Amino acid sequence: MKKLIEFTLNGRKVRVEVEPNELLLNVLREKLYLTGTKYACGIGECGACTVLVDGEAVLSCLTLAIEVDGKNVVTIEGLAKDGKLDVIQEAFLDEGAVQCGYCIPGFILTAKALLKENPSPTEDEIREYIKGNLCRCTGYVNIVRAIKRASELIKEGEK
Amino acid sequence: MDVNKVNTKILPVSFDYYAPSSIEELLSILKREEEIVFLAGGTDLLVKMKQRIVEPKVVVSLNRISELSFIEEKEDGLHIGAVTKLRAIERSDVVKERFPVLYCGVRAIGSVQIRNMGTIGGNLCNASPAADSAPPLMVLNAELKTIGVEGERKISINEFFVGPGKTVLRTKELLAEIKVPHLPPNSGTSFIKIARTSMDIAKINVAAMVRLENGRIGECRIALGAVAPTPMRAREAEEFLTGKEVTDENLRRAGEIVSKEIRPITDIRSTAEYRREVSKVLTYDALRIAIREAGKR
Repeated sequence: MKKLIEFTLNGRKVRVEVEPNELLLNVLREKLYLTGTKYACGIGECGACTVLVDGEAVLSCLTLAIEVDGKNVVTIEGLAKDGKLDVIQEAFLDEGAVQCGYCIPGFILTAKALLKENPSPTEDEIREYIKGNLCRCTGYVNIVRAIKRASELIKEGEK
Repeated sequence: MDVNKVNTKILPVSFDYYAPSSIEELLSILKREEEIVFLAGGTDLLVKMKQRIVEPKVVVSLNRISELSFIEEKEDGLHIGAVTKLRAIERSDVVKERFPVLYCGVRAIGSVQIRNMGTIGGNLCNASPAADSAPPLMVLNAELKTIGVEGERKISINEFFVGPGKTVLRTKELLAEIKVPHLPPNSGTSFIKIARTSMDIAKINVAAMVRLENGRIGECRIALGAVAPTPMRAREAEEFLTGKEVTDENLRRAGEIVSKEIRPITDIRSTAEYRREVSKVLTYDALRIAIREAGKR
């Protein structure tokens, strides 16, 4: 029982046919060829598959694709605008927060949701917010620093 | 579990999918379909489906039914739709100010992502003995409203759970609403969770509610999770404390009674011995905090 769904993906309307048991993660990666979103644990413990649905960080490995019909989805590919990186991406580069890189799309999208909600988070607030994202290289110190820096860059940009 | 059956990348089961937009439409689907599971946040269900623990023929998504997602304060208490996201509860000023024990319990669940997806009704109906929203709602004496093909029922949360993963819900019946009565004056509440990491399911969690009366304990409710086949009220300890003076000795004694009342097991998160031991001090601490809070109101 395939169904045609339509949703906004990184600012563009997309239409795709899905089976009810298809996961958003696999539709993004295998049907829409956006491979920035990563599969790791598949059971909601690691956060590598984090995407934004209607602005909220959610796990695409535990979301039926059919459920995002009519919604607004943002993946890591949707952050850079006109070839210019998002300020959070810049901050991750500045702080050397990327090691193997596999967890980073998830971290950056979680950080995106955090900074929208709380533009000046404390270190504790950052750590609490990203606790659902695991970095197997254990580069948490630089990741936290990068999110802190992104928050400062956003504030500077507003001045 | 057969390791060859575990593939967390895909959902290895096919099913028919419905996403009704009203309760009326939902009930008509329930009347006609068999072997249904309800999908809310999916954070428990989809994991079970990936592992083939649940293999439904029909998945009915509740996520487009706006009638099941709300937080509303009325004269008789706070009404929460079962499909309300955990994060919506966490963000609610009414919950934070008037029902801090529920706020703390909900905040203790999983990660931001899990709480953006998961719902309060899902946390309850999944019926994990360790569900963090259960002990707070139990000390608040929450009342659950169910709907189904046989009509509505009202069930106290204290009678809702019957075993790990099991509730009194019948087939073709679902949790629709949670009513949380207002706390009486001079009362306070608390919630404490111990887990291996802040992302993990509880080794043990405790909620308490104490109402003070002329310096004594007028009423007391204690609920614990992950220490029995279901979240449970510690009725013996509650009875012991009722009418007693607030003394260190009485509160310690209550902890000891709780430690005997619970029926913990040894599992990957903790040993039964540890749970028995720590339940004493957690009960004591939870009571102390609840009493302090009661003094403020």
